[in-house]
Amino acid sequence: MKETNLAVLTGSHDLTGSQACAEGGLSAGCRFLGYYPIFPSFDIVERFAERFSDVKGVLIQMEDEISALAAVLGASWTGKKAMTVTSGPGFAQMAEHIGLGVMLETPCVIVDVQRDGTSEGSPSAPGGGDIMMARWGSHGDYEVIALSPNSPQEMFDMTVKAFSLSEKYRTPVILITDTYVSNLNEAVHIPDAKDIQIHTRKYYKGKREDYLPFQYDAKDLVPPMVDVGKGYRFHVTGLTHDERGYPVMDEKCQEWNVHRLVQKIRIFAEDIVDFEEEQTDDADVIVVSYGAVSRDVIHAVHQVREEGIRAGSLRIKTIWPFPEKKITQLAKKATHLIVPENNFGQICLEVERCARGRAETHYLYHASSRIGQSDDIVKLIKKVMKK
Amino acid sequence: MEAIITQQEAKRHPMDNLLRMDRMPHIWCPGCGIGNAVSAFADALDKLEYNLDKLCVVSGIGCTGRVAGYIKVDSFHTTHGRAIPFATGIKLGNPDIKVVVISGDGDLVSIGGNHFVHAARRNIDLTVICVNNFIYAMTGGQVAPTTPTPAYTTTSPFGNFENPSNVPQLAEAAGAVYVARWTALHMRRLTYSIVDALKKPGFSVVEVISPCAMYYSRINKLGDGLDMMKFYYDHSIIKHGEPTDHLEIDYQKEIIVGKFVDRERPTYSESMGKWFED
Amino acid sequence: MKANPRDVFTGTYYIDGDVAAAYGALAAGCKFLGGYPITPSTEAAEAFARKAPYVGAQFIQMEDELGSIASVLGASWSGKKSMTITSGPGYSLMMENIGLGAAMEIPFVIINIQRSGPSTGVPTSTGQADIMQSKWGANGDYEVIALAPESPQESFDFAIKAFNLAERYRVPVMFMADECVGHMTEKVVIPDASEIEVEPRRFYQGKKEEYIPYRRDQDLVPPIVKAGDGYHLYITGLTHDERGYPLLDHRSLPKIEKAKVIHKKSTNPYLVDKIRKNKDEIIEMQEDHLEDAEVVIVSYGITSRVAYRAFEQARQEGIKVGMLRLITVWPFPDDRIAELAKKVKGFVVPEINYGQIVFEVDRCSHGKANTILVPHGGASVHKPDDILGAIKKIVKDNKKYEQVIEYTTTLEKTIFKGSLTEKIKK
Repeated sequence: MKETNLAVLTGSHDLTGSQACAEGGLSAGCRFLGYYPIFPSFDIVERFAERFSDVKGVLIQMEDEISALAAVLGASWTGKKAMTVTSGPGFAQMAEHIGLGVMLETPCVIVDVQRDGTSEGSPSAPGGGDIMMARWGSHGDYEVIALSPNSPQEMFDMTVKAFSLSEKYRTPVILITDTYVSNLNEAVHIPDAKDIQIHTRKYYKGKREDYLPFQYDAKDLVPPMVDVGKGYRFHVTGLTHDERGYPVMDEKCQEWNVHRLVQKIRIFAEDIVDFEEEQTDDADVIVVSYGAVSRDVIHAVHQVREEGIRAGSLRIKTIWPFPEKKITQLAKKATHLIVPENNFGQICLEVERCARGRAETHYLYHASSRIGQSDDIVKLIKKVMKK
Repeated sequence: MEAIITQQEAKRHPMDNLLRMDRMPHIWCPGCGIGNAVSAFADALDKLEYNLDKLCVVSGIGCTGRVAGYIKVDSFHTTHGRAIPFATGIKLGNPDIKVVVISGDGDLVSIGGNHFVHAARRNIDLTVICVNNFIYAMTGGQVAPTTPTPAYTTTSPFGNFENPSNVPQLAEAAGAVYVARWTALHMRRLTYSIVDALKKPGFSVVEVISPCAMYYSRINKLGDGLDMMKFYYDHSIIKHGEPTDHLEIDYQKEIIVGKFVDRERPTYSESMGKWFED
Repeated sequence: MKANPRDVFTGTYYIDGDVAAAYGALAAGCKFLGGYPITPSTEAAEAFARKAPYVGAQFIQMEDELGSIASVLGASWSGKKSMTITSGPGYSLMMENIGLGAAMEIPFVIINIQRSGPSTGVPTSTGQADIMQSKWGANGDYEVIALAPESPQESFDFAIKAFNLAERYRVPVMFMADECVGHMTEKVVIPDASEIEVEPRRFYQGKKEEYIPYRRDQDLVPPIVKAGDGYHLYITGLTHDERGYPLLDHRSLPKIEKAKVIHKKSTNPYLVDKIRKNKDEIIEMQEDHLEDAEVVIVSYGITSRVAYRAFEQARQEGIKVGMLRLITVWPFPDDRIAELAKKVKGFVVPEINYGQIVFEVDRCSHGKANTILVPHGGASVHKPDDILGAIKKIVKDNKKYEQVIEYTTTLEKTIFKGSLTEKIKK
């Protein structure tokens, strides 16, 4: 009990997004952070470093990002909640192990603080170009869960949520944020430990001899888990495997294994998706946004509403799985969907797909230099409404 | 091979409790030395009377990468080259578990070279058994970081001209506390070395020189597994405590085996524990 | 420019797709291969290694895939046409450096012989699940070109095409074959060097003093020079301006102003624009019976050969089916799909994955036509009957779909005793 109290700093604090993220991790029960230093994710590590000895956590700086995620996966199998933090180029290095995490159905959280630009880019500028990478970055077929906070408070809440989702669905969850939100300093309310909803992985309860690592429950397609060192003497592999965890090299097993991995997220996508609507009921034009950009959207929508344009906002909180049904439904009502993004067009493609031709989709490059201003969004709303 | 060992006979085998008999027969070719390494490892476990529930084996990719799947303890078959960082995560997540990495030379020294160096530097309490067959066998016989000059492989069709790695020297230089090398022939000595390595706190490395009858021997026309064993018998020299810079392996020349490094350094966990006590 | 006769092994061969790809690369003038062994792509590297000394090419087996791709980027700056060969897991490891290559605008080719995934998957068998990764795998925004051959002959031809496109647009080109094509042995005809058109590197022709690394020609592609020619290049993966200098040195400016400078001077937009604006020149596809088609099968790679069987069967039964085979998967033929969507009833998209290109087809059809996915997990190819079943479903269904419909294949029915989705939803 004592440990929990040290982990959860109940009360109102003035925290940056990064600090709130570290606090969120600690509150959710994260006791292992493996990382490799990369700007601008380091603030999260610094906060964790100050606090991890309070909660008997483990903090290790590995030799690169590949090993950072590998260590996190290993730690997760010992029963510890584990996370890693990184930024674009490091995230790209983790690609292979995201696949391993999916295949071994290992709960873990990856925080990607996006920086601007391709490759090394501009390390200090907020970016938004890793959205599709989060979904498609590793080879082979898989589904991920990715959350996009837009304030320090949400950095806290969503980190907690990311852990819960990863434990519930036994899959890596990506918290995809950017320099803007992680540097933002705002009031963060941390509730009482008992009010923080934490989901812990489903443990196997049957007889030890009967344990099969990948025998899934028919209800949710998620197999119960055990920890290393508890005497189950199981085997797991990144190869396509059967329910015993042993490799089987044929199409039947591939179908059994991978189709379920994909479906365990897709079928429950509607339970996972989360979004925030504002004044969409009567809107002719709806601005679809996520992350830091969504902060500007609210201003723009309020501004044009005052001028009599019926605009609304849909803020996507879980980017993956994508809120397909919601977009399709909104496209029926609105005539225009505007997607401002701090990249050269990623989520707008998804919006265009889900709009199914019922509403026109407009992409707007809301560059990192424009974050904090909403004039370009206002201008585009007015332009499309004039047509 | 299947017919030789019937299920019933297999059940009576003394290693029954250590190996996954439900997965037999294994994938290794006739004449391969990986089985010897597994056998020596199993024997070592038997001698140590470890609580097998608290032991964990992690492998990378490759022929030796499949070892994890045949040893009946908690076992992980991870990605190529990343067995050591995965094992590091397990060790730090739960220090009560004894973690062993068994993998090949390509996996540990080439793609995983960086992790090998850094885990040794940190002195993470792991035992690494590196089965060195001088070639990438799983993918069909490509040149490996350990391939001696001028051995032929499928990607060095005109002979290998690169300098090979000297695994014991690399391990010592990086900070390993225990380093030994044996061939697949030295079963008893290998077993005792593995026992020593498992007992030793810190990063311990046991290199096992192993025949690859299917690729290395075939491409270089060195005969089958048995011929390689004879070669080891004729050409291996036991020199305990030999300086590790003398341990380079030339093509079809002598192989120096023995225990080369046995020293004390605080492990990662000890250093961390002490640091936070103060 | 014609190919150099020394690089072309003219003749008629009976070889597999991997080897054909290596011969194609050599014919295109590839002089550097940095690789790392991975099933099922090793045959290509081995074939290259065997031929390399005869054509003055270099092969190096690096310590891992990160090393091999990095060596390729360097070799390309030395003026040599360069490539690497890999498969799924290795491809994932290359992601960071693919981004670097795209940002530095380096011409190079990656041959990815796709296998079943995710993770280690089934190494010895086929898959098509890296298609989205080839476009979106690295951080930040960039565009690539991806080609999908369906036979060893195409493996040879497309390897040349891949190099030509890479040199033409200074862009990474992904050669996305699958294990089936890679390990399929068929007749391959390697023509005379005089019949092979090869794109030379776009070397800078102007005065040395006036050279600016990222100053673009009309078509948005900057000419290139090579290291060691006295240009004193500075090339970086940081966001850079026309001169190649990183846009970070504006310490005196307040934050927002600094961001504006970066935004104005950055060359990043060109990384996508040079492909998007030239896409009509790049996109290639093969169309069959689209004039009167009611249903269109959209496929690529090995799947198109299986789909062709379903197409024939359907035509025999009197169903008006057409085939659209993507030769360049990226950039995607948005306009052509949109145009077809207006006149056909629906698209059938068979893929050896659980839905990747199908979403692109669905996006481009703007709700005008129905889209059905015939999934396959890999380790084998589709059964033509499943594709035929999907065609019939499109013909039969009169309602408009609200999303991509996943066809329940015979394999799924055997394994899960019905549709997995429906079972759980109940």
